[in-house]
Amino acid sequence: MMLHVKDLVAFFEDSGVADAIRENDVLFPFIESVHVLAICLVVGSIMAVDLRLLGFASVKRPVSAVTRGILPLTWAAFAVAVASGFLMFISNATKYLGNGFFVAKLCLIAAAGLNMLVFHFISARDQPRWDAQVRLPVPARLAGGISLLLWIAVVACGRWIGFTMEAG
Amino acid sequence: MTGAIAGDFAKWLGATPLSHTIQTAGWIIPALQTIHILSIGVLFSAAVIVDLRLWGALQREVPLDDVARRFLPVIWPAVLVLLITGGLLIVGEPRRSLLNTTFYLKMTLLGFALVLTVVLQWSLSAAPEFWDKDRGRRIGARIAATLSILVWCCIIFAGRWIAYTQVG
Repeated sequence: MMLHVKDLVAFFEDSGVADAIRENDVLFPFIESVHVLAICLVVGSIMAVDLRLLGFASVKRPVSAVTRGILPLTWAAFAVAVASGFLMFISNATKYLGNGFFVAKLCLIAAAGLNMLVFHFISARDQPRWDAQVRLPVPARLAGGISLLLWIAVVACGRWIGFTMEAG
Repeated sequence: MTGAIAGDFAKWLGATPLSHTIQTAGWIIPALQTIHILSIGVLFSAAVIVDLRLWGALQREVPLDDVARRFLPVIWPAVLVLLITGGLLIVGEPRRSLLNTTFYLKMTLLGFALVLTVVLQWSLSAAPEFWDKDRGRRIGARIAATLSILVWCCIIFAGRWIAYTQVG
């Protein structure tokens, strides 16, 4: 199993695309800027939802209205962040995999996804009952708080990768 | 001439005790950058959410001035945090930005983006239907929204590019 993952990583790292990103002076900063831009939108927009769940913002609007108005933007930005992140990853895959902050960042994103699934399929089952309330049930507030902390940690790890990757 | 002044100032700033502290404690710069990016996330997302409403792409059922009232005010505290963290980053590495054309480009664009935000916020609070009165204003709204998104994107790009265009 592990061997297959390694083969796959090597396949991408040796690809022409990865080579172009490594060799071109402008391509990496460009992709990196797109990544920062997308991450900013993911984190900023998800914060608006988290703050609604916590009861700190947009409290006059039902949770469902807030999520409907904002999450399409979050998902679009997340897709761009994943695509640009993947391109940066393959340009130096082996080194990224050996970087603790990179691995931590992936784990934190997975945790944020799990938090979202738990909220969606368990905590939000009785959402129609509290959708318009200012003060939401504990599981919903907890989901908002956890999401907020996880995404802040994701950004921190992302920035720390840049300071702990050896050049080249 | 101005280059010499900036150079002298950067030299003086780099010799201050605060600069020395930021330089020697390795965690301070990535921590400041993390807070900086999180604040950009808040600001940029708020701007984009209002811009997308101006376009009629998201939250169409919510009145424009309601969306603007909920999201635009968030921009100002975020700008304050950005100026503080950005200022400290300059103190820590004065030459990185003060002797860098990209930095001055970023500040010029920032000034433009803030003026655009003030105009938008002011026009919406003075007359909520301002951008919806006739066809011309609706088109004007879309032009302003597009311009706003583009300028903020350029600011984020310029911010990342500072790291790649610093002299020595």
